[in-house]
Amino acid sequence: MQDILSQYETVTENAVKEWFKVGLTSDFPENSGACIKYKTKQIAVYNFARTGKWYACQNLCPHKMEMVLSLGMIGDKEGVPKVACPMHKKNFSLEDGSNLAGEDLKIATYPVKIKDGNVYIGFSD
Amino acid sequence: MKHIIVVGNGMVGYKFCEKFVEKAASKDFKITVFGEEPRPAYDRVHLSEFFENQDAKALEMAPLEWYTEHGIDLIVGERVSDIHRSKKTITTVTDREFSYDYLVLATGSSAFVPPIKGVEKEGVFVYRTIEDLEGMLAYAAKIKANNPNAKAAVLGGGLLGLEAGKAVMDMGLEPHIVEFASKLMPRQLDLRSSQVLQLKLESIGLNIHLSKATNQILGDKAITGLEFGEDDVLDVDMLVISAGIRPRDELGKTCGLEMGVRGGIVVDNKMQTSDENIYAIGEIALYNQMIYGLVAPGYDMAGVAVDQILGDSDSLMPDDIDMSTKLKLIGVDVASFGEPFMPAAKGHSIIFENKTQYLYKRINVSLDGKSLLGGILVGDATDYNMLHQIYLNGMAIPEDASQLILPASEGGASFGSVLDLPDTAQVCSCESVSKGDICCSITDGESHNLSDIVAKTKATSGCGGCKPMVVDLVNETLKSLGKEVKETICEHFNFSRQELYDLIKINRVADYDEALNLFGEGHGCEVCKPLLASIFATITMETANRQPTIQDTNDRFLANIQRNGTYSVVPRVAGGEITPDQLIVIGEVAKKYDLYTKITGGQRIDLFGAQIHELPLIWKELIDAGFESGHAYGKSLRTVKSCVGSTWCRYGMHESVTFAIEIENRYRGLRSPHKLKGGVSGCIRECAEARGKDFGLIAVDGGWNLYVCGNGGATPKHAILLAEQLDDETAVKYLDRFLMYYIRTAGPLVRTAPWLDKLEGGIEYLKKVVIEDSLGIAEDLEQEMQGLVNKYECEWKEAIENPEMMKRFKHFVNSDDTDDNLVFVPMRGQKMPKAWV
Ligand code: SRM
Ligand SMILES: Cc1cc2nc3c(=O)[nH]c(=O)nc-3n(C[C@H](O)[C@H](O)[C@H](O)COP(=O)(O)OP(=O)(O)OC[C@H]3O[C@@H](n4cnc5c(N)ncnc54)[C@H](O)[C@@H]3O)c2cc1C
Ligand code: SF4
Ligand code: FES
Repeated sequence: MQDILSQYETVTENAVKEWFKVGLTSDFPENSGACIKYKTKQIAVYNFARTGKWYACQNLCPHKMEMVLSLGMIGDKEGVPKVACPMHKKNFSLEDGSNLAGEDLKIATYPVKIKDGNVYIGFSD
Repeated sequence: MKHIIVVGNGMVGYKFCEKFVEKAASKDFKITVFGEEPRPAYDRVHLSEFFENQDAKALEMAPLEWYTEHGIDLIVGERVSDIHRSKKTITTVTDREFSYDYLVLATGSSAFVPPIKGVEKEGVFVYRTIEDLEGMLAYAAKIKANNPNAKAAVLGGGLLGLEAGKAVMDMGLEPHIVEFASKLMPRQLDLRSSQVLQLKLESIGLNIHLSKATNQILGDKAITGLEFGEDDVLDVDMLVISAGIRPRDELGKTCGLEMGVRGGIVVDNKMQTSDENIYAIGEIALYNQMIYGLVAPGYDMAGVAVDQILGDSDSLMPDDIDMSTKLKLIGVDVASFGEPFMPAAKGHSIIFENKTQYLYKRINVSLDGKSLLGGILVGDATDYNMLHQIYLNGMAIPEDASQLILPASEGGASFGSVLDLPDTAQVCSCESVSKGDICCSITDGESHNLSDIVAKTKATSGCGGCKPMVVDLVNETLKSLGKEVKETICEHFNFSRQELYDLIKINRVADYDEALNLFGEGHGCEVCKPLLASIFATITMETANRQPTIQDTNDRFLANIQRNGTYSVVPRVAGGEITPDQLIVIGEVAKKYDLYTKITGGQRIDLFGAQIHELPLIWKELIDAGFESGHAYGKSLRTVKSCVGSTWCRYGMHESVTFAIEIENRYRGLRSPHKLKGGVSGCIRECAEARGKDFGLIAVDGGWNLYVCGNGGATPKHAILLAEQLDDETAVKYLDRFLMYYIRTAGPLVRTAPWLDKLEGGIEYLKKVVIEDSLGIAEDLEQEMQGLVNKYECEWKEAIENPEMMKRFKHFVNSDDTDDNLVFVPMRGQKMPKAWV
């Protein structure tokens, strides 16, 4: 199980080696999430239509190792964009992947780029 | 710089560190802590929660980093083996030596294992550490694999033994409690209350064996049973010993500190041992010739030791230590406070007992009738906090003291406001927070709500027993300041659910985004989104398909998400009536998609383990065969259970199945603040459990009796009679009014029973609204309900017929692959998700 988790590591924008095209912006529901596949990874992509921002993170919830984060409800906590895991409602910041209740759980985040109506996620592998 | 060594990193050893860093400039002191267990201190009081999630981290008092951040050296997994008082050093098992200026012993205690023949056998456990629990879990899994009906016994019927009994029951073993004394919780309960508790525990499935002395533990290598006397044997596959505690006082003995006759290191009211540089706190300390096996006194001791070391010689342990306790077993309230048993010469007891409801309340009142000396509560401990405070603070009691415990319907009165307590009243004993601390923090403007108070004072963060009282104090203080206490939904909407309901209705708000723009701020969250979805559903009867992204994940995919991220499918089977042909269809669909099938507790069939892309395919087949959504995923009407009734049953008074189907079909799809369940029984034998439901109808001579506001679940409540001998039409009319009134006014995720609890005027008021139309809204409520009934459509049918809506039932946006992380394992001819790591 640990193996599944270890393949997810936060990628910052300047570490991106490949901008991987995952679809049209219209393929992603507004103010909600959807999941994409990259090699063996599952990545949750969120379209914050209200702010025009996009975020991406691992689809795997580190709490019980379930592939579910893309199904969670999104929103903000005091301005920080977040996703609530559908399983036990643990909240994660989509800015830095930290657990918003201060628990020792963390998710990897990935940069998102929108160009000509296409959505790209940045990977370093 | 002085060096303090703390031996033992349990709850009290940790509390010592916490209080120390709060008070001292750490540059004057260096603290080193040794803990024998492999991890930093954790919350032993809530140890049983480990069974629910096996999440050791969640129990931590503080993470490892906390110690580093505060300059404390924590060395875990290393036992201190010797104290050399003349040199002022200690050595550890790895033979390392450290010198100290002050030594604080917080080694706690271990479970007492009585010298019974055979205790060393495999399958015998104690209940003290996370490792103990891990051992029990692994062993339980092993014996269950061999024998699904495996049994486990707990030796000891005290506070902890009962907790262990609940734990083995939750592990799926048949639980047996074996107690030497003739009653349960012998230290806290009298004989009568023990008997009431016994009935209650037996009703939830615990087997109780009293007055049993265990002679030996049977079995070759592993335990197979307990022998009490000749021919008196209990066959069990596992045993948990919970027969008391023994202080871990080895260190004190070997270095010659003054010890108690039956163990424990003697301390004075400064927490000093017979060596002035050595302190002892927590379950190791023998104070007033007693070992106090509770956290609250341990925490106080930690505070005294900190003060003494820092030179505050006035800080002393009080003489009297309050040993009041409340059992935290889920679903069974038990509490005792002050002097639970009292000799008749000292006062009088008032006892209220109702075995049919497993209720027992006893209070002991002084001879002059003026003060409360103690008491026992079984079955309902809601009054515990207030009674406990009255006792602790010597507050005046009503002339007729029975009012303190009688149920309201018997002339009991809710007594006193929390604001009448003296400021010194200790509300949270775990963290020593007084009423004054809470109220002042609010009046000073330092705290504005409950979460501020929790953050500032740590109140409620220990055993949690004081929570209701802290909530009351916060609300009452805010009210007394003229501040409105409003239960706002979340940070995005500064309104209550009812206010938002009205705002959305009056302003004809179209969707969530518009509501957020008009009345909210920020970008929403998992609390306000589904709540507004529910409001929109009531006002416009829109299905979950119209605004899928504000739905809770279950409603968004019109299915319940399972442990492994797959989904379940529950077609509606109104009233539980199903034809052989329909059963065949369900069976065939389940076979085709390899779904686990189970009869639910709601008289229908659940198909588990469907993947997201399979949901529409499965539903297409079910809908073609005439099924529709069962809304098992929604906060909405679930089922109306029925018994077979007068069509077949020799006792039946009316056609309960027919009426249940009519009602279920009337309210299907109706969304509400929480889920809604109904039941219809054909006679008072009540086989449909209608009184365990949000609304229930029971056939009587001359019509239906209508009961409302009951539920099973976590806090079971029987429904209360609203009206009698109704004909079908009137029953439906009252139901329409009742349900719509609830839907309009209840808070988010509040079921009908707690809603009624909070409704001012209670059931009598509700009767006035529903039956006498005292608010003049009955016609409105009926029309609104009829509008919803008329607009019903099956949301699964709607979804599969609309390609746009279908797009969401796909695992990946950029691939037609399915989730390859799913692993199922076989189970009794079907399958189940692989267990969590
Ligand atoms: C399938 C079923 C158990 C079974 O195998 O029998 C079940 C399964 C779940 N129940 Fe239940 N409950 C089921 C009957 C019950 C009953 C019995 C009944 O309805 O007569 C009760 C007690 C009666 C009551 O509700 O008053 C019951 C009390 C609960 C509760 C506690 C509610 C409460 O007020 O305390 C929850 C938690 C909640 O709703 O917040 C819950 C929640 C759940 C959830 C939805 C938990 C979740 O969110 O995942 C489970 C979903 C399983 C799934 O994925 O499908 N379930 N649940 C039953 C489905 C009935 C149906 O046909 O729809
Ligand atoms: C299942 C359970 C439920 C409970 N429920 C409640 C409740 O509801 N309310 C309540 O008030 N209390 C409850 N208690 C009791 C409460 O947990 C104890 O009173 C409290 O933990 C005592 O704290 P302590 O620090 O003195 O001892 P402990 O928490 O036992 O800590 C002592 C620590 O010292 C370590 N140690 C011992 N000797 C050495 C050595 N030589 N060197 C290094 N380390 C050593 C031990 O390994 C242990 O980690 C419960 C206990 C259990 C087991
Ligand atoms: S409740 Fe009455 S009608 Fe229904 S099965 Fe029982 S005895 Fe028969
Ligand atoms: S699996 Fe995500 S919160 Fe538990």
